[in-house]
Amino acid sequence: MATLRELAKEDLFLSSGHRMCAGCVAPVVVRMMSMAARGRNVVVGNATGCLEVATTIYPYTAWKCSWIHNAFENAAATISGVEAAYKALKRKGKVEDDYKFIAFGGDGGTYDIGLQSLSGAMERGHDIVYVCYDNGAYMNTGIQRSGATPKFADTTTSPAGKVVPGKTQWRKDLTAIMVAHNIPYAAQVAPSHWRDFVTKAEKAIDVDGPAFINALAPCPRGWRYDTADGIEMCRLAVDTCIWPLYEVENGVWKLTYKPKEKRPVADFLKAQGRFRHLTDDMIQEFQEQVDRDWEALLKRCGEA
Amino acid sequence: MAQKVAITGNEAVALAMKQINPDVVAAYPITPQTEIVQIFSTYVSNGLVDTEFVTVESEHSAMSASVGAAAAGARAMTATSANGLALMWEVVYIAASNRLPIVMPVVNRALSGPINIHCDHSDAMGARDSGWIQLWSENTQEAYDNMIQAVRIAEHPQVQLPVMVCLDGFIISHAMENAEVLPDEVVREFIGEYVPQKTLLDKEHPVTAGPLAFTDSYFEFKRAQAEAMLQAKPHILEVAREFAKISGRQYGLFEAYKLEDAEIGIVVLGSTAGTAKNVVDKLRAQGVKAGLLKLRVFRPFPAEELAAALGHLKALAVMDRADSFNAFSGPLYAETAAAMYDSGAQTKMVNYIYGLGGRDVGLDDIEKVYGHLARIAESGKVDQRLNYLGVRE
Amino acid sequence: MTAKGWRDTVPGGWIKEAGNALEYKTGNWRSIGPVFIPENCINCLFCWAFCPDDAIMVKDGKMVGVNYDYCKGCGICARECPAKNKALVMGEEG
Repeated sequence: MATLRELAKEDLFLSSGHRMCAGCVAPVVVRMMSMAARGRNVVVGNATGCLEVATTIYPYTAWKCSWIHNAFENAAATISGVEAAYKALKRKGKVEDDYKFIAFGGDGGTYDIGLQSLSGAMERGHDIVYVCYDNGAYMNTGIQRSGATPKFADTTTSPAGKVVPGKTQWRKDLTAIMVAHNIPYAAQVAPSHWRDFVTKAEKAIDVDGPAFINALAPCPRGWRYDTADGIEMCRLAVDTCIWPLYEVENGVWKLTYKPKEKRPVADFLKAQGRFRHLTDDMIQEFQEQVDRDWEALLKRCGEA
Repeated sequence: MAQKVAITGNEAVALAMKQINPDVVAAYPITPQTEIVQIFSTYVSNGLVDTEFVTVESEHSAMSASVGAAAAGARAMTATSANGLALMWEVVYIAASNRLPIVMPVVNRALSGPINIHCDHSDAMGARDSGWIQLWSENTQEAYDNMIQAVRIAEHPQVQLPVMVCLDGFIISHAMENAEVLPDEVVREFIGEYVPQKTLLDKEHPVTAGPLAFTDSYFEFKRAQAEAMLQAKPHILEVAREFAKISGRQYGLFEAYKLEDAEIGIVVLGSTAGTAKNVVDKLRAQGVKAGLLKLRVFRPFPAEELAAALGHLKALAVMDRADSFNAFSGPLYAETAAAMYDSGAQTKMVNYIYGLGGRDVGLDDIEKVYGHLARIAESGKVDQRLNYLGVRE
Repeated sequence: MTAKGWRDTVPGGWIKEAGNALEYKTGNWRSIGPVFIPENCINCLFCWAFCPDDAIMVKDGKMVGVNYDYCKGCGICARECPAKNKALVMGEEG
């Protein structure tokens, strides 16, 4: 694992001059994937979403590698086609260089509308890495709830009202769904833990076959916190065990970070405007669910 | 040496794909196209092609993967029918706007609902404004020949547009016919080595494919795309001329059958042309000056050429195997009528919607249409523009 | 960049000038920004790792300043600076 000093010498594949919001953590996710992919030729696929629109506003592109956007729900299928072309052309001697293939999609494009495309690509075994930058809602269209939105979150389609207290459902466990595809590598990461992130990303890129990375990417607009606090939000999510860091390598679950002291979920919830309406009972319900999930994860990882 | 074989439409299309030997085929089964991917998969399994065969989980992914593959510089193909084409709709447009020369046989089948697996043209007609070139086939021979020409047309540097090769579901796809197939090496030489105009797989020249185009640039891209379609006709004809050299078979934008001195005629797409030619022959034997125009190239729409070929008729029926549900006419009629109006032709025109959901269209049915046209020619009056043929009242 | 007529567009609208977003300066989004205090810097490079905009300049493994052409002023770098006396603080002059 390289040091930041070494990584900072690398030419990363996302340039400045993109138009993601100030404080958006999604570009940090991309940059860390790029750190992991250093020295390799990469083709990036991108689902429609914040990252896609804000990095390629014609005639400008912030991508220094080859990049393709097709539509919202099909980043996985698209990159699988690129990978298939590479295999065919390499076999025929028409392409000589080695390439790696990384797809980025937000949680809307991954948990929801792109799930079938992703499932298909993973099942088919393409040598690709799919990275979900999970900001927990459809941020690009204006903060609508997705399958990744936490329970109780106030979004524009799960508004906290007098009768309904924000989103009424729990999150979908996408990482576990990906693990159920029996792919060689799946992991959950958060940019706050950059070393853990880049190490896992390297494994994902190097593994032969499909890999999935679920990366937490806080959104200052959607979560309603100060733009400076994006990395701190990651840290809170990790330390409250709302967003545990783990990897599943060839079916073996491994916890890669265990907080010394598990912080109460209230620390995470109270830091964000989208949870401002939560009552103590709701926070308690949230805590109990996170506790259950954490215990289950510890068991899977042989830690309990 | 070319070889005469008894072959179904699907077998012929699959055989053409084997001879083309694409870099990537991404496809999903759907009746009546299924056999194409089944047969092609046996070529893959037995090492008869070098293709990377991507067995996607839906047609949406079939077209998405085809777009990815073509953008990466591969010769990419898929195949579909009906609801499969409808499911890939969004990406069908994206393939064309990215100017990717994907070739896709469309085994024409009725769109749901109600669900129906048999032939009509509602699937491909729905995609008529997607920016794809459309070649239509009367029979197995034409389906095979169109497949091979489609590759050259799509990849022509001045075209760079995807091509649909349409063949009627079951009527062509599953019927055994005699067809002449070309030797592998003749096909390979004809289509040539693919030299992509652009690729994601060039580390020296990284590209951003599919960026966001706002109000200040989108229109220019669409105008450029429109130009590719506007300029495609001579290239389609040039490929046809070259194809004639290797096959002896002549193709144009359409086939005019006994049309030159005709007084009444019909415009038709696909297998119904075969039936209609028999009717024309019969009527000619009776002294009726009947003719037929079988459209091969529906996109780009050969408006001027059509009008020039049809403008002398007294009465014309346009046969649509799809309805537009627009309270006016089927799609082929509307465009043919527009072309005729622009040319100043005085021909009286009617529209017949026929054969939906695989409803059989026989000699008698077509004769009825010509009978109607004869009455119009005589009276000089159109009694009813929109007509439904072969539906129970 | 001059707007092109349709005849001069690249088929499909593909952009061939990789990374040309560098021509698009986002620095004017900033109201306040990070001010670098070199004497406090421990060169951990967390600021570089966490900057969403690649606006932290590193030379020979050392933090050398903020690229104000692109810095949007989010404040992540200052917030994450672990030095006892912060080497990045948000201010009007940043």
